[in-house]
Amino acid sequence: MVLLSDVFAQALNGLAYGVLLFLLSVGLTLIFGMLDIVNLAHGSFYMLGAYAGLVTMALTGNYWLAMLVAPLAVGVVGALMERVCLRPLYRGSPLDQVLLTFGFIYLFEDLVKWIWGGKIRSIPPPEVFAGSVKLLGVTVPSYRLFMIAFGLVMAVALWLLIERTRLGALIRAGVFDAEMAAGMGVNIDRVFTGVFAFGAALGGLSGVIAGPIQSASPPMGAGILIPALIVVVVGGLGSLKGSLVGSLIIGQAETFGKAWLPGSSMVIIYVVMALVVLLRPQGLFGRALK
Amino acid sequence: MIARLLGVGVLVGVVAAFPALAGAYPVKLLQEILIWGVFAMSLDLLMGYAGMVSFGHSAFFGIGGYVAALALKETPNLLSALVLPAVVTAVAAVAIGFCSIRTSGVYFIMLTLAFSQMFYAYAFQNAWLGAEDGVFGVPRPRLIGLDLAKSTAFHLYLVILVGLALLVLWRVVRSPFGHVLRGIRENEGRMEAVGYPVQRYKLVAFVIGGMIAGLAGSLYTQLNLTITPDAFFWTTSGEALLMVIIGGTGTLWGSLLGAAAFILLQSLVSSYTERWMLILGLTFILFVLFAPGGIVGALRGHVGRRA
Repeated sequence: MVLLSDVFAQALNGLAYGVLLFLLSVGLTLIFGMLDIVNLAHGSFYMLGAYAGLVTMALTGNYWLAMLVAPLAVGVVGALMERVCLRPLYRGSPLDQVLLTFGFIYLFEDLVKWIWGGKIRSIPPPEVFAGSVKLLGVTVPSYRLFMIAFGLVMAVALWLLIERTRLGALIRAGVFDAEMAAGMGVNIDRVFTGVFAFGAALGGLSGVIAGPIQSASPPMGAGILIPALIVVVVGGLGSLKGSLVGSLIIGQAETFGKAWLPGSSMVIIYVVMALVVLLRPQGLFGRALK
Repeated sequence: MIARLLGVGVLVGVVAAFPALAGAYPVKLLQEILIWGVFAMSLDLLMGYAGMVSFGHSAFFGIGGYVAALALKETPNLLSALVLPAVVTAVAAVAIGFCSIRTSGVYFIMLTLAFSQMFYAYAFQNAWLGAEDGVFGVPRPRLIGLDLAKSTAFHLYLVILVGLALLVLWRVVRSPFGHVLRGIRENEGRMEAVGYPVQRYKLVAFVIGGMIAGLAGSLYTQLNLTITPDAFFWTTSGEALLMVIIGGTGTLWGSLLGAAAFILLQSLVSSYTERWMLILGLTFILFVLFAPGGIVGALRGHVGRRA
């Protein structure tokens, strides 16, 4: 007999994980859609964000400041990476991009291990959300509720940014057809760097947000990469809506799988992805394939 | 031509006689290089010739390794060591290939990844495959008059099998079949229009690549006497992919060089410093920026900053 309160508790956990995946996959999907690059080092931005958060917390003890500093720092790293290393590769073979971004996974992971050691650390949640609340008979850590609320606010904000502002129009133009946008007088180089840095910053932000529930360690970046890629493929490359819906689906699939099918929990998200690719190759909200 | 044959002959001789020339550790490294080299070359057949970048080649490496491990524990003979792993991986490759080859690009990458991760998850969570510890205590096969438990005999056995795999791959890419594959890589639509059954060609290539990867997996089990779920994990596919790219895609023997470079770099650097990941990562980055054609490209003289 499955208790309704159990279902509710799992659904909230899944939602919190989904929010995390959303913040991470938005950047990945935009970079993918616009730059045509599978950035394997995107998970590393998540890890760098968590460590930038740890440092800020160690220095100031202020979680909100960490939420501000981490995305900025990781955004700068992303901008540098795009300018120096990725720019020469846009017209090259995709395999070069694979090798390069794979190299960055190793580089970032080992740098972090070098500086902070390989220990698992956790970021304490902000004091306001350190406790827990009772919701429909279930005790929920209030930090999780904050995460969910924050993620949904971010989703709306990103939607407004991309669909309703001039900057968003530039980004959409770049995703749709970068060459044409350049032909219309858009400084596409700057948009590329901007989008890459923005995606990296969101990845960094998700690292800080994850800190209090998932703790930080150097391999965390490589660990989250695959789920994030799965979200992007399930949702559809380059689609904001797709990455939101994909994240929520994968978040729930993973959480409920762990709770109810412990013997085969690890397979579930791959089965979901394989089904989507086989039945609807462009992803749930992707443009039809040419 | 004669000089080239002579060179290859000397190289084969040195590789075969290596246990007489070096200690146990270098021999083990060489054996690892040979096995990973075969694995990477089987991936290069898909990537470099048929244009199918697979991120799930570890599925076949793992299946070969696990089938060999389980079968050898039952009856340690050549049937268990070579035939069964090859047959089972071929069947798996037909099934996975049938589902995957219709897609291309990123979707092909992700779908093959998904299949290999399913095997990983299954092996990791099921007791009859030893769960996370894998299968250990695997005996080497017994051959008439040859005791493969002895390291010299095993080395020769390994070199012969690797040589055979190399020969098969070399024949495949040089055959008319191989030329059709290259045509598909360059322009799939045109090959289809000309009348080639493109999907069937891709499937056959996928199965050949899978079988040879399975053989590599089986040899890997026989070398280490154990196999763990990590054989299926996506990093195994990733490392093979890196070896192919480092060596130079579409060159076949480049993958062997790539495997050698990767394994030597990893073991050399890690014996001097803990920071081998950092150095490996930097090497990849510099490689892409300054030697885009891989080792083979660099040997052929295309070194320099890309335009």
